[in-house]
Amino acid sequence: MLTAADVRSRLATLDGVTIAEGDSPLTVTVPAAQWATIATRLKDEMGFGFFSFLSAVDWKEEGLEVVAWIDNTDARLSVVLKTRLGAGGTTCPSLAEVYRGANWMERECFDMFGISFEGHPDLRRILLPDDWVGYPLLKLYDVDTPYPPYR
Amino acid sequence: MEIKRPVPVVPAPIWKEFKDLQEWNELHKQRQTGDKHSETFETLTEGLHQFPGGFVLTTVTDNFLNWARKSSVWPVTFGLACCAIEMMATFASRFDVERLGMVPWASPRHADLMIISGTVTIKMAPMLLRIYDQMPDPKWAVSMGSCSNSGGPFRHGYHVVKGVDRVIPIDVYVPGCPPPPESLLNGLLLLQDQIAHFHKTGKKAPPTEKVD
Repeated sequence: MLTAADVRSRLATLDGVTIAEGDSPLTVTVPAAQWATIATRLKDEMGFGFFSFLSAVDWKEEGLEVVAWIDNTDARLSVVLKTRLGAGGTTCPSLAEVYRGANWMERECFDMFGISFEGHPDLRRILLPDDWVGYPLLKLYDVDTPYPPYR
Repeated sequence: MEIKRPVPVVPAPIWKEFKDLQEWNELHKQRQTGDKHSETFETLTEGLHQFPGGFVLTTVTDNFLNWARKSSVWPVTFGLACCAIEMMATFASRFDVERLGMVPWASPRHADLMIISGTVTIKMAPMLLRIYDQMPDPKWAVSMGSCSNSGGPFRHGYHVVKGVDRVIPIDVYVPGCPPPPESLLNGLLLLQDQIAHFHKTGKKAPPTEKVD
């Protein structure tokens, strides 16, 4: 049975990967360039087959951070993958090829934060109307932006 | 990778055109004056009214017809959010809105009242407007709960219409979050007064006081 320590030791050998303390979940911060490759390794080599969710955090001046939670249901392990896109960065590799569940999550993330996921098969708005201007979950978004006649 | 611009696949619906909206608004202003009787009917009732003692007949008939009109309001079943649960409770047997002659009807084309029960989002607003437009005149709208009155607790959300009166004209505002069935019943009774006023005078009464 795969344990959290196994996952930790396997990931620690990779460049630029930092793993925070605590095993449930394992919080793994990876460089944006290795985002998809590490997810592929987690899925194919360590059996993390369940993609729970993907979202983003706006850290204002420090830029955006993409967060994904993936589970290994057999070994009962969870991994939180995080990557910083850097100040002003809005591009992130897509996980849609690795996990099909990431497809709509990344569309939502694009909808709300304006992050363009490179390699996503169908990146367009999913929740907001097609003619919506701006990305409402960014800290810079002004919720009192006029939207006649409704707002 | 080139990002695909969000292009609407479905052709833009007609109510999206601002011109149509203006036209509708003008139309609605005209409708405020209410139904006009035919000229023959007008002269007939006028003659009857002037006849000694005839006014009793006309006013009693008018009162009777008015009572009949205000006692058969059919609300369209249109639930938006948690207020809809209270609305369903009002429609159900305990509070029994049917004793006021109301039949919750599942088609806007046969209904003459719309209870906006819940938060109206910017994405939902055009659909709400479309359903309202499908209702035959004269039609009425009750704004139920803080959310549809003013946006309520979600007023500062990016997606919330700050008061449904920005989309359709409202006759009765029912405050509460959510309003209990008694509150909604009170609002519906106020609406009956408004309907009676409209059929008596041919003009819509001003909406009740808006409470956030």
